[in-house]
Amino acid sequence: MSAKTVNNKAWWLVLPVFVMVAFNALIPLMTVVNYSVQETFGDNIFSWSGVRWFQQVLQSDRFHGALGRQLLFSGLVLLIEIPLGLFVALNMPKKGFWVSVCLVLMSLPLLIPWNVVGSMWNIMALPDIGLLGKAVNSLGITYNYTRQPFAAWCTLILMDVWHWTSLVTLLCYAGLVSIPDAYYQAAKIDGAGSWAIFRYIQLPKLRHVMTIAVLLRFMDSFMIYTEPQVMTGGGPGSSTTFLSIDLVKSAIGEFDLGPAAALSIIYFLIILAISWLFYTLMMRNEEA
Amino acid sequence: MSLELQNIVKRVGADTHIYETSLKLEPRSFNVLLGTTLAGKTTLMQLMAGIQKPTTGKIFFKGQDVTGAAVQKRNVSMVYQQFINYPNFNVYDNIASPLRVAGMDSAEIERRVGKAAELLRLSPMLKRKPSELSGGQQQRTAIARALVKDSDLILLDEPLANLDYKLREELRDELPKLFADRDAIVIYATTEPNEALLFGGNTATMNEGRITQFGPTSATYRKPHDLLTAQVFSEPPMNTAKIEKRGNNIIIFGNQKWDAGRAAEKLADGQYTIGVRPYNVSPNKIGNTLGSFDGQVLVTEISGSESVIHTRIDNSTWISQSHGIHSMALGSTAKLYVDLDQAMFFDANNRLVS
Amino acid sequence: MAKISIDNLRHSYLPFPNPDREEDYVLKKLSIDWADGGAYALLGPSGCGKTTLLNLISGLLVPTEGKILFDGVDVSRFSPEARNIAQVFQFPVIYDTMTVYDNLAFPLRNRGIPESAIDPRVKEIASMLDLTSTLHKRAAGLTADGKQKISLGRGLVRADVSAIMFDEPLTVIDPHLKWQLRSKLKELHQRTKRTMIYVTHDQTEALTFADQVVVMNNGEIVQIGTPIELFEKPNHTFVGHFIGSPGMNVLPCEVKGGKAFFAGQDIKTANTHKGSGQKCEIGVRPEFVNFAKSGIAAEIVKVADAGRFRIVETRAAGSSIKLLVPENQSIPTGKVNLAFDADHTQIYADGWFAGGKL
Repeated sequence: MSAKTVNNKAWWLVLPVFVMVAFNALIPLMTVVNYSVQETFGDNIFSWSGVRWFQQVLQSDRFHGALGRQLLFSGLVLLIEIPLGLFVALNMPKKGFWVSVCLVLMSLPLLIPWNVVGSMWNIMALPDIGLLGKAVNSLGITYNYTRQPFAAWCTLILMDVWHWTSLVTLLCYAGLVSIPDAYYQAAKIDGAGSWAIFRYIQLPKLRHVMTIAVLLRFMDSFMIYTEPQVMTGGGPGSSTTFLSIDLVKSAIGEFDLGPAAALSIIYFLIILAISWLFYTLMMRNEEA
Repeated sequence: MSLELQNIVKRVGADTHIYETSLKLEPRSFNVLLGTTLAGKTTLMQLMAGIQKPTTGKIFFKGQDVTGAAVQKRNVSMVYQQFINYPNFNVYDNIASPLRVAGMDSAEIERRVGKAAELLRLSPMLKRKPSELSGGQQQRTAIARALVKDSDLILLDEPLANLDYKLREELRDELPKLFADRDAIVIYATTEPNEALLFGGNTATMNEGRITQFGPTSATYRKPHDLLTAQVFSEPPMNTAKIEKRGNNIIIFGNQKWDAGRAAEKLADGQYTIGVRPYNVSPNKIGNTLGSFDGQVLVTEISGSESVIHTRIDNSTWISQSHGIHSMALGSTAKLYVDLDQAMFFDANNRLVS
Repeated sequence: MAKISIDNLRHSYLPFPNPDREEDYVLKKLSIDWADGGAYALLGPSGCGKTTLLNLISGLLVPTEGKILFDGVDVSRFSPEARNIAQVFQFPVIYDTMTVYDNLAFPLRNRGIPESAIDPRVKEIASMLDLTSTLHKRAAGLTADGKQKISLGRGLVRADVSAIMFDEPLTVIDPHLKWQLRSKLKELHQRTKRTMIYVTHDQTEALTFADQVVVMNNGEIVQIGTPIELFEKPNHTFVGHFIGSPGMNVLPCEVKGGKAFFAGQDIKTANTHKGSGQKCEIGVRPEFVNFAKSGIAAEIVKVADAGRFRIVETRAAGSSIKLLVPENQSIPTGKVNLAFDADHTQIYADGWFAGGKL
């Protein structure tokens, strides 16, 4: 009597997830793949076009420009938010009444929807009526983000830093409070200064959360759409037209479904590749 | 209602955690798994419980093949080294939790929880939360929870390791009594040879994923089949040396000649390994057949009633554990006597020959 | 290196303790003197205040009242680095990203000592700790006992350390390695003659390590003495119970005319008791109880095999009496008679050794 005691009923419970993933990820993705290798003029008439759209996208200046801007934006955002977030986390109180106050304050920006953040900053930075815009102009600096590309960039980055630095801070803070007290005590006894404590205790112990923070911030900033769309709409000119904005323009604005689909796939692969690169680099030396 | 492991092997990736092992545990038995950290005790327990599945081999319970059965279906209780209780339940609810899951009626739950709490002396603190208990009381709560349901298998994974010395002594005394009138098979993992000895019952000595010997505790201690078992089951560590048997003598530490003694007299001439427990080495002449050596004192530890002298002889460390106070200076020479009638001898394959 | 004195030290974790309320304090008025270069242990159950005392000495806490003096200088308010204390914690603390060498060199580099002076020192300490072969490996890859050796090494490399403190350093070490590491500690102490203070709940560790043990309970010192004193003449039944495995037998008794009576029998004791109205007890260690032809009638309840001896539990007149019987000696069955060794049998009044300190 060696009846198979393992039963597979549990798999039925996972089925709804499969169905959901299929509908919101697999099927749309396959549709995109389908569009990317065919040409259509509407009316459900398709003709095979091979890798033509891919070649077209990869060779276009418009794509290069958008990709360059996107990379620059993500790079700047990471360069500012990661050290700033870590710095804030290091200076947050570790116990007492102020801990909860700080945590609530830090989480506030994270609770505001993207489009609201965009509108808020849009209004605030307006040179004539916005608080920020008016203040900067009154200092004698000409500032108008609807006309000056540099001003538009500054405003966008400032907005992103305001919106997302808290996330980095909260992640780092969680990592910091989980370091046992004995480490700090030992370091004090060994005569380590605050830089040595940071370099040899805090930073090594924060490596995992920092990796997660970098990955999350990279992916989010690389895919940013709502806030710049609401604020600058990609302008002035195309100075803040990031990949995502460009994609929507070509797909919906110009109805170039084939190239847009190809762009989507390229976009997806770039994110995948860079994320993998970050992960591998930061997790290297883990067990040496 | 026995538990039988048949040719169990557990591999994870390229690593073998448990090498081919067969073991049969009888109902109403108290079994100790003795071995160092990473010897495979926890893995073996998890295999028994069904938390992990063996790579190959079969597990029988009451004669039925339960190899693939999930832990939920096996009626198993487990107590861990960490004090694991539900933090937001009080002691009563903690102990009652497995019974509530089983859907028992509340009168019966109350009766059983009351009895378990009584046994573990938790009755006055049933209303308290785990955070308001001492470490010993938290672990008693966890043990009570393992006790209330009539488990077929009770697994205790170093449950006393995180407790104070004296509390450990107390619970060590109580544990076997708690399980004495149950049908369950109890398995207790520990790294401490002395703990295994005091529990009695059966002991399986483990080393690097293998059970080196299984049998009644005192037999495993006094007649280990091989050197490894003897070493695993010795605290302080067993003294060993390569010797040569020649006629009525043994040659040890290069060129010293000792009388063979009762244990070695029947051995054929040749090479052996001698194993001597530290309490059979003493600065006093204790025993009938004595060998003596001059060891260089590394350190002496005096614990009030006994002395432990660590010495260096012929590039190995020999330890003496003796009654009384023997204070010796670092680097001085100590004359130590070995009771050869109590020594063990192992052949070239490290099997016990005498 | 330094002589350490603790002068009327009191400590409370409350922000505003009431000086008249004893229960506000985790440490209740202690004074201890420790000579330079000694090996000392603080022994007691969890929550007895031993770790608080350790942290007060190392400077991780500031005392509520009283003083801590190193060589006569009041250091109560000094930071840990100003006190030149080294500490080994319960769980190994190492700098994961550094090699063993850099870990050992870290305290010296922080103090601005030139590399040319660091190198020989690190190598010397590494060889003492048997770490030479792993010097250039990453510290994170070592086993628990290796990591504890590094923690200790970071204390030993510094020539100016006043004392090395150990906070239950063998907690995460397997028994067979415990023996090695413990004897290594003792050996290092004898070689370096640093003042070492060892905190533990484990009597074996305390007794084998220290020249002098401070036994604590409920924030108070119960007895200070050598391992032999604590074993043979416990000042309090708590010490008798806490030290020794199994602990001392404590039996209720009646005292008449300075003599103790248990189960109606006159028991010869090492001390006499004159007072009255106190709860009196007889204390005798299992090591000093023997089977005899006549004496206290008892019944054997349980025999536990501990290898080199057996622990025999008997019951006599409603009390449990344990005795130790060597491996090669036979144990009578059923009804037995017990005799106590008079030189090691003491009377305790309200828990304390009767007739004042020995």
